[in-house]
Amino acid sequence: METFIDFFSFTDPNVRYVVLGSILITASSAIVGTFTFLKKKALVGDAVAHAVLPGVCLSFIVYGEKNPLVLIIGAFITGWLALTLIDIISSKSKIKEDTAIGLILSVFFGVGIFLLTIIQKSGNAAQSGLDQFLFGKAASLVGSDLVTFSLVSVILLIAVYVFFKEFTLIAFDKDFASTIGLPIKTMELILTTLTVLAVVVGIQAVGVVLMAAMLITPAAAARFWTEKIQVMIWLAAIFGAFSGLSGAYISYVAPSMPTGPWIVIVISTIAFFSFFFAPKRGIIIRYLTQKRIQRHIVDENILKALYHLGEEEKNFFDERTIETILSKRTLQKEVLLKSLRRLKREGYLKNSNGYWSFTIEGKNRGQRVVKLHRLWEVYLTQYLRIAPDHVHDDADTIEHVLTPELEARLEKLLNYPTTDPHESEIPYA
Amino acid sequence: MIIQADDPIVEIHDLTVSYDKKPVLWGVDLTLPKGQLIGIIGPNGAGKSTLIKAIMGLIPNSSGYIKLFDDELSNVRDRISYVPQRETVDWDFPASVMDIVLMGRYGKLGIFKRPRKVDREVALDSLRKVDLEGYKDRQISQLSGGQQQRVFLARALAQQADLYFMDEPFAGVDAATEKTIIKLLREMTERGNTVVVVHHDLQSVTQYFDWVLMLNMRLVASGPTAETFNTEMLQETYGGKLTLLSEVGNLLKQGAFPSREKNEQVKS
Repeated sequence: METFIDFFSFTDPNVRYVVLGSILITASSAIVGTFTFLKKKALVGDAVAHAVLPGVCLSFIVYGEKNPLVLIIGAFITGWLALTLIDIISSKSKIKEDTAIGLILSVFFGVGIFLLTIIQKSGNAAQSGLDQFLFGKAASLVGSDLVTFSLVSVILLIAVYVFFKEFTLIAFDKDFASTIGLPIKTMELILTTLTVLAVVVGIQAVGVVLMAAMLITPAAAARFWTEKIQVMIWLAAIFGAFSGLSGAYISYVAPSMPTGPWIVIVISTIAFFSFFFAPKRGIIIRYLTQKRIQRHIVDENILKALYHLGEEEKNFFDERTIETILSKRTLQKEVLLKSLRRLKREGYLKNSNGYWSFTIEGKNRGQRVVKLHRLWEVYLTQYLRIAPDHVHDDADTIEHVLTPELEARLEKLLNYPTTDPHESEIPYA
Repeated sequence: MIIQADDPIVEIHDLTVSYDKKPVLWGVDLTLPKGQLIGIIGPNGAGKSTLIKAIMGLIPNSSGYIKLFDDELSNVRDRISYVPQRETVDWDFPASVMDIVLMGRYGKLGIFKRPRKVDREVALDSLRKVDLEGYKDRQISQLSGGQQQRVFLARALAQQADLYFMDEPFAGVDAATEKTIIKLLREMTERGNTVVVVHHDLQSVTQYFDWVLMLNMRLVASGPTAETFNTEMLQETYGGKLTLLSEVGNLLKQGAFPSREKNEQVKS
C-alpha cells in the first residue's frame, strides 16, 4: 500500500517520467494500431515489432552506447526494411502474404537475437539493459530517453490527427480512395512509417516480443464498445494508457519483473472483458438475446397448440392437461412447465389444479400466431410457387418473426384470404 | 459491330489489360457518347469490371491508352465518379451512413481539410435522392444489401461528377431498389451526365440502356442499344469462351512474357 501511495502521489520525479512516458507510448501505439486493426494488418504489426530488434542491436554495435535516438534510427531502418520486403515478396513472387510475414518475422528476429548474444558476450559494459528491449522495462525510462520517446509519440498523434480522414477512407475503401486521386502509395507509406515509429518507441515499455499486442489489442477491445471510429480511437488510447500505467507501476514495485508481459496481461483482460460484456457486440448479451428468442418461440408454440386444441373441440377456453398439450406439441416436459408458468405470470394462461386454460389475451395471441402461420403458407404458395406440402416448416419459423407492420402488409397483399393451402380457416381478430 | 460516338466523352484505344501477366481484355477500341445510360454486358469472366477498373486507373494497362473528356484521367478526376462492387468493402466498419456519403466529398475537399457545412448539405441531399435520408445516422453494419448499394450511390452523387462508372449496382438488390436506382440514373442522364453500368440481367437491357457494350475478353459490340443488341451479337458474346485466347493467355502467364513487346526491344 505504501508503494502504491508513493507511486501515485508522483512526488518522485522518476516516477513522473516513467508514468508519463508509459502512458504516451502505449496510448500513441494504440491510436496508430487502430488503423492497423481496421486495415486487417494485425500480423504485419507483429512482424515489424520483431524486425526492429536487429536494428537496435546494429546501432549499438556501430555507436557503442545506448543512445535512444541512435537506437530508434537503427530500429526504424530494419523495421521499415522488413515491411518493404513483405510487400515485395507478396506482390512479386508466388508466396502469399501470410507466408511472407512469417518468413520475415522469424528471419529478422533470429538475426536480432544472434546480434544480441554477440553483444552480451562482447563484455561491453554499456550493453547492460539492452536485453530489456526483449520484454520491456518501463522503469528504465529516464530523463533524456523520455524526451526522445515523448517527442516521437507526439509526432504520431499529430500525424494521425492530420491524416485521420485519409487513413479512414483507405482503411474502408482503398479503390475508391485511389479513384478520387488520393496518393495511396504516399498515404500507406506514412501509415507504415507511423506504425514502425510506434513500435520503435513502444519497445522500451513493452519489448519487441509483445509489442504487437500493444498495437492491436486496444483497438480490438475498443471495437466492441462503439460503432464510431472517433470514439473507437479514444477508447483504444484510454485502454492502452491504462495498461501502460499499470505496467509502469509494476515495473516500479517489482523492478525485476519485465513490464511487457504485465502490460499485455492488463490489456488482454480489458479485451476479454469487452469480448464478453460489451453491450450489443459482447458475447453474453448475444447469448441472452438468443435465449430470449428461444423462450419467445416456445411460448408462442404452446399458445398455438392450445389454439389448435380449441379449434378441434370448438371451445377455446376449456381446461387442458399437460398430457393433452404434449399430444399436440412434442416438447420436453420441463421446458413445457417452465413456459406454462411464464405464460401464467404474464397473464396469457390460467391454471387450476394442474389444468391450464387461455385467458382472453392468451387466446388472441395464439390466434395471431396461427393466422400468421397460415397467411405465410398462402404467401409461399401464391408468390413463391412452393408446393403446399412444402410450406409448413418455413411458416413455423416465420410466424414468430413477422412484425405487426409486415402482418398488415401481408393481409393487404393477399387480400384477406379465408383459408390456407390446406383448407384450414384463417382466423382474423 | 463497333459504332463510334460523335464527340465522345470516353475514348479507348487498343487497350489490353492483364492480371499477373495473363491478358483478360484484348485490344479494346471504342468511344462512348455523352449524356447516355450505357450498359456493359457479357458473361462471367468477360472482363466487364476489369474494363472500368482499367479506365479508373486501378489496374495498369499492358498497352493502349484511355482518354476521358479528351484528357488524361489525372487531370479530370474530379469530374468522374466510381462505384465499386458492394462486396469489395467490409460493411462491418465503424462508420455511419453519413460518414460514408461524406467520403464522396473528399476529392473536392483535398487532404487535411475536414468536411464543411456545405459538404454535409450535399451529402444529405444525395441521401434524399436515394431515399435514405432517415438513415443518415444508421451504422453501416445494420444496412440491408439494397441499402448498402444506395449508400454507395449517394456517395457517388455527392461527388457531383459528370461521368459515372458503376460496377454491378443492381447485384443483390430487391426489385423496389432496382426501380429506385434506375429512375435515379435516368434523371442523371437527363441532366446531361453520362452513366456507365456493368450489368448482368439481359432481360432489362433494351429497357434500361441507350448504348450497350458487349464484352467477352474482347469487345464484341459497342453502339446504340437499338442497333447493337441483337441475336447475332448476343450469340457472339455469350457463345462460349474463346478457348484458344484463354490458352494463349495462360502461356503468357506461365512464361512471363510481356503481353506487348516494348518498343525499344523491337527497334534493337
